[in-house]
Amino acid sequence: MYVAVKGGERAIDNAHAWLAEERRGDTTVAELSVDQIKEQLKLAVNRVMAEGSLYDPDLAALAIKQARGDLIEAIFLIRAYRTTLPRFGNSNPVETSKMACERRISAIFKDLPGGQVLGPTFDYTHRLLDFKLAAEGEEVQAAERDAEPADVPHVTEFLNKEGLIEETFPEETTPPDLTREPLELPAERALRLQALTRSDEGFTLGMAYSTQRGYGRTHAFVGELRIGEVAVEMEIPELGFAIEIGEVTLTECETVNQFVGSKSQPPQFTRGYGLVFGQNERKSISMSLVDRALRWEEFGEDNEGVPAQDAEFVLYHGDNIQATGFLEHIKLPHYVDFQAELELIRKLRAEAEGQRQEAAE
Amino acid sequence: MGQMETQDRQAWMGLLAKAPKGRIADLLGDRAETGFEWLRKPEVGSVMIRGRMGGTGSAFNLGEMTVTRCALKLEAGVVGHGYVQGRSKADSEAAALVDALMQTDQAEAIRANVLTPLETAQREARALRTRKAAATKVDFFTMARGED
Repeated sequence: MYVAVKGGERAIDNAHAWLAEERRGDTTVAELSVDQIKEQLKLAVNRVMAEGSLYDPDLAALAIKQARGDLIEAIFLIRAYRTTLPRFGNSNPVETSKMACERRISAIFKDLPGGQVLGPTFDYTHRLLDFKLAAEGEEVQAAERDAEPADVPHVTEFLNKEGLIEETFPEETTPPDLTREPLELPAERALRLQALTRSDEGFTLGMAYSTQRGYGRTHAFVGELRIGEVAVEMEIPELGFAIEIGEVTLTECETVNQFVGSKSQPPQFTRGYGLVFGQNERKSISMSLVDRALRWEEFGEDNEGVPAQDAEFVLYHGDNIQATGFLEHIKLPHYVDFQAELELIRKLRAEAEGQRQEAAE
Repeated sequence: MGQMETQDRQAWMGLLAKAPKGRIADLLGDRAETGFEWLRKPEVGSVMIRGRMGGTGSAFNLGEMTVTRCALKLEAGVVGHGYVQGRSKADSEAAALVDALMQTDQAEAIRANVLTPLETAQREARALRTRKAAATKVDFFTMARGED
């Protein structure tokens, strides 16, 4: 049966007009500016940049405004915009050892070169609502202490010196890019990390938490968590040299996990890695736990059959835009599909009814 | 171009790439009106940022950032390239103009009026954040830290 597919235009236009009115809300309340979102809802902006996979605070703030604060909808807008941009090239890998750290903590060494720098953190707050914020006009000034900018060494370097932890060395390979080729399995670590850094924060957190509760075993310590700005450098072909094309804030987490060893190699700590756009340590820590769990084969660990060890499960379900697209499409017209189902069930019922009558006779 | 000149140019192009919106043109003042012809009109695009696995290992793709670039030629024939973070075509034009003018006899004036103020502002902003971070450094009072 053919079902009319035209005729909703006016309803759609009116729905969108009402959406715009609702987005604005009560007009006696001052309108929110994109700059206000960018400056005052920075962590939401960071999340949209990370999962939208595009570092541009102005665009992310605009997307949040347009999406009325629905962050997944905002991420969707950013992903869609991203596809319209020509790609100028790839940066050189960012050097996080040269990060201008605003926060840098280690859960494994109390005293370490560079120190424990707390930065602007929610940690140690009492999580009590602060009603002073409901009143406007409060200006707070951060404290300062004399210091010169300096590179802060990675904590894992200290463990490396004794050979206590696995080391990673660079190889000159072109990493796979899931924005260019579809995600296929088996996925090498570079591809897994790309998928994880843009995967849904809640999903990644849930996966990481499951390993802590016993679904897989990562036994992770946060070796180091650092947040700060790094320079992005790119080779410019027409110039024949590299220049800095900008600066981005990143959150990096390195976990130190339990050992692997073999007959030829003494036991060593292993590592998980998280690197995420913006200040986003929950995501970064989650990413490193899941990264470590997915490396079970590399370390010859048992497959315990848990979700966090299953690359297909993690990588194919972590993208909130894919997930929401498939999930939400079922609310769109399925009149024809459902008509077929209706006819089928009527037929089945008629058959069952027929059999019952036959049996009764 | 010798290595010193290349390093110098890398430094100013990096400085221009990170300048706040509208700042380069403000600092250029009247020189922003210098005549030129486009070799490549400003275009907004993206660059894939790469990270290193484990911080030190092989590269992986982290995500993209927006970049605007252009190229222009001064009437004297000097070519300037502008690469700036974000989506401002005006900023990439101003950056390319500065890049070109830095290769002319106006270099000294441009350095004094544009590059030095940008560099000072960037250094001060960085220093301020460093001092704020330092104020949140933990002093464990039961332990002597090696460095103090």
